[in-house]
Amino acid sequence: MADSFSTKPTPRRKFLDWLLGTSVGGLAAAVLYPATRYLIPPRAGESSAATVTLPLKPDDIAVNTGQIFKFGNRAGLLIRTSNNELKAFSATCTHLGCIVRYRPDLGEIWCACHNGHFDLNGRNVSGPPPAPLEDFTVNVRGDQIVVGKRT
Amino acid sequence: MTRTLLGAMLALCCSTAARAQNPEPKKETCVACHEVMPDGPLADPVKAFGQDIHSAKGFGCAACHGGDGTDASMGAMDPKKGFVGKPRHQQIPVMCGHCHSDAQFMKRYNPALRVDEVAEYVTSVHGKRLAQFDDQKVATCTSCHPAHSIRPPSDPKSSVHPLNVSKTCGACHAKADYMASYGIPTNQLEKYEQSVHWKAISVRHDLSAPTCNDCHGNHGAAPPGISWVGNTCGQCHSVMADNFAKSRHAVVFPQMGIPGCAACHNNHDIQATSDTMLGLGDGAVCVNCHTEGSPGSAEAVAMRRGIDSLRMDLDSARGLLERAKNAGVEVSQAQFDLEGAHNALVSSRAAIHTFNVATVDTAVGLGRTITAAAFVRGQAALGELRFRRTGLAVFALIIVVLIAALLLKIRELEPHTHDHTDA
Amino acid sequence: MPAMSNFARFYAWLDARTGVGALGKLAKKKDVPIHRHTAWYYLGGMTAFLFLIQLCTGLLLLFYYRPSAGEAYESVQFLMAEVQFGWLIRSIHSWAANLMIFTLFLHLFTVLLVKAYRPPRDLTWFSGVILLALALAFGFTGYLLPWNELAYFATRVGTQIAGVLPVVGNFLLRVLRGGEDVSGATLTRFYAIHVALLPITTLALVGLHVVLVQRHGMSIPLQAESAKGPKRSMPFFPNFLLRDLVGWLAALAILAALAAFIPAELGTKADPFASAPVGIKPEWYFMFMFQTLKMLPAHILGIEGELFGVLAFGLGGLFLFLVPVLDRKSAAGERSPVFTWIAVAMIAFIIVMTIVGYTVDPSA
Repeated sequence: MADSFSTKPTPRRKFLDWLLGTSVGGLAAAVLYPATRYLIPPRAGESSAATVTLPLKPDDIAVNTGQIFKFGNRAGLLIRTSNNELKAFSATCTHLGCIVRYRPDLGEIWCACHNGHFDLNGRNVSGPPPAPLEDFTVNVRGDQIVVGKRT
Repeated sequence: MTRTLLGAMLALCCSTAARAQNPEPKKETCVACHEVMPDGPLADPVKAFGQDIHSAKGFGCAACHGGDGTDASMGAMDPKKGFVGKPRHQQIPVMCGHCHSDAQFMKRYNPALRVDEVAEYVTSVHGKRLAQFDDQKVATCTSCHPAHSIRPPSDPKSSVHPLNVSKTCGACHAKADYMASYGIPTNQLEKYEQSVHWKAISVRHDLSAPTCNDCHGNHGAAPPGISWVGNTCGQCHSVMADNFAKSRHAVVFPQMGIPGCAACHNNHDIQATSDTMLGLGDGAVCVNCHTEGSPGSAEAVAMRRGIDSLRMDLDSARGLLERAKNAGVEVSQAQFDLEGAHNALVSSRAAIHTFNVATVDTAVGLGRTITAAAFVRGQAALGELRFRRTGLAVFALIIVVLIAALLLKIRELEPHTHDHTDA
Repeated sequence: MPAMSNFARFYAWLDARTGVGALGKLAKKKDVPIHRHTAWYYLGGMTAFLFLIQLCTGLLLLFYYRPSAGEAYESVQFLMAEVQFGWLIRSIHSWAANLMIFTLFLHLFTVLLVKAYRPPRDLTWFSGVILLALALAFGFTGYLLPWNELAYFATRVGTQIAGVLPVVGNFLLRVLRGGEDVSGATLTRFYAIHVALLPITTLALVGLHVVLVQRHGMSIPLQAESAKGPKRSMPFFPNFLLRDLVGWLAALAILAALAAFIPAELGTKADPFASAPVGIKPEWYFMFMFQTLKMLPAHILGIEGELFGVLAFGLGGLFLFLVPVLDRKSAAGERSPVFTWIAVAMIAFIIVMTIVGYTVDPSA
């Protein structure tokens, strides 16, 4: 067989070698580009089932108000009570799954669908809901609010 | 007539006071004879009584029927010893109320039980007819709580368990020939069994859904008055009821004798609502009063249009995100946020009951802001798909060029050996 | 040095320092025989290439995957949704696993049919069968790692089958599961096996396998050996290797297309308290065994049906392992039609049971 290193390179071979080299280079780039981008950590940070860092700051939630946030695939309710305490619960009503809200006038969590009431410990106090709302831990780390499951 | 009842109660009180204080007397002998009698009204109660809650709490026959249970002879059934036997229709509430209206007494057995059943009963249609006309056909205590096999409502076999209440009421109210003399409809049970509430109870086992007693009361059973209907439904559907109370219909309906919620939603055969009920089209309820061109018809159409637009936006946004998800792009955050639009749709539908176009439009507007945002993200997700396919095309092109170059290189290295048959 | 290419200069520099020239001389001598069955020679290299892809994509996945029951699913979801090209790395890893096992089976069966296992290549064969077992273990352990519903139940069923063996069954089951049930402990264990134990063992065995192949050269089927005419061959470097590269690049393109059009699914997170969904199926390479076990009657010859099936497959595997020892005729250089038919029967059984597994109604 012809030894590619011994005979003089023809223009055709030169072109072929160039083509080979360039396409190998292209392939290398096409493989290394995604791999490198992959290794750079995304801005969203870590994602975990047990804790979620909320996209709002402690100052964003006023006394005696509530806000819905995303916890994994479910909805959560963050409340700052009249005693300036932060509490968080699952926002899915235990009756038929509607999203509950905080009622500042009642100081209770309320479900609009069938008038279910939960107290500020998540316990179902009136109406159809058969079970309490799952409660979460709330921690403030500097400028962040971190909500986690109670283990 | 109630005074007669009270008088009878007092009379019975004296003779039964003694026996009520001692519900666990020496062994009763009633059963010994009655259980060996042939099947019929003298033997059946004995057979059933073992399952009765009174039996479980230690009450025997004499506690209600009077007489001397310890006497094994016929002398046990001596009226002088307080024997009542089978009570007359009017006697029944008195007999039951003797214990069940005595708070001091009932505390010993179940402090949580109410003790005003008889007081409620006398306000009911049944109680009034019994007192005024001695109507033998109306329901008394034992009509719904079968005398010798009473179970608490929480027991699924109880005649007054939520699953069974409608059948219990229907035992009279659904029989056309029985109810013929009263001139009221007898199709309520049939209608109710087609309703959304019955489906919730029977299919989804959601026992918080209403059955007869939740709207009509149980011991004080009566149809709600025209102006009460909203209050009745509003026990659960509070948002709709509050909205309705603020609307102009809440003023006009009672004046016109229109029964509130039932005017559009029916009373017994309440169906699952749908957006088609709103407006002037087929299946709409507004058009029953507000014919085309009449005052209010324009508002009905406007509200329907708003709700339709939000619902369609929500459906297409959902579809777009689902397509992106099925193609492999991660859209769970966008889908989660979109559910806020679903909440807005539910609020808009509740807002209809204000019959105020501006209120409905506010809720609709909120929802459409959310769906618009979801659209943007859906398009971005599809854009990601296009990026992937473009990237693939570029990559595939490079590979094809490289493979071509390799094949040419092979041919160059083997110029005279094209006759070999390997791959 | 007149007219020396850059490559040649670099090569000389390297040789002076490491002595690779000696290897290079050996490599230049390596020839690949050309005959009717030469095409099958590509399969071993293809499997090795796909394994290399698994090593690279697997290493990349390690940068984001968290091996705990509470975080595994979410970390994979995060990888698919937020990490740049995360979907690509994971999808390639998932598809290449399937492709690798497919080419591995093809490699195994072609070697079996052309009887390349004849001594002195029997040790190569033994290492190969063990590599098959390792590859299936890779597939089984890797499948659980995303901790999704399907994987959880597939693992439950798979480990439960191990438990039917007499005497050692229960012990084996507990060792595999890290406890009585499939749990976070199982996940940690499978992770250790998938990411450390199996790669090390596989690399060692692949090394042995390849070294042995180099030592003995490519096996020529008996028919080709006895055929008349000149024995044709081509040098491995660069002719066969270039052809190898064409195949590998085509495989790479197919993987990219599969990843782009059918990305890896995730499904729902595993919930140990939920009931098993209808129609639980193992990965396709286990399907024929799974379907056979499902179809066996409750009792055969006084032994529980499932146990009988497991033992039968065990014996089948042992038979496969010992083929070079059992096939005396091939060892003596004679034609051995019996073993050809046995191989055909095995292949047919696997194909048929796999198809049945996918077409039969899951509630049947």
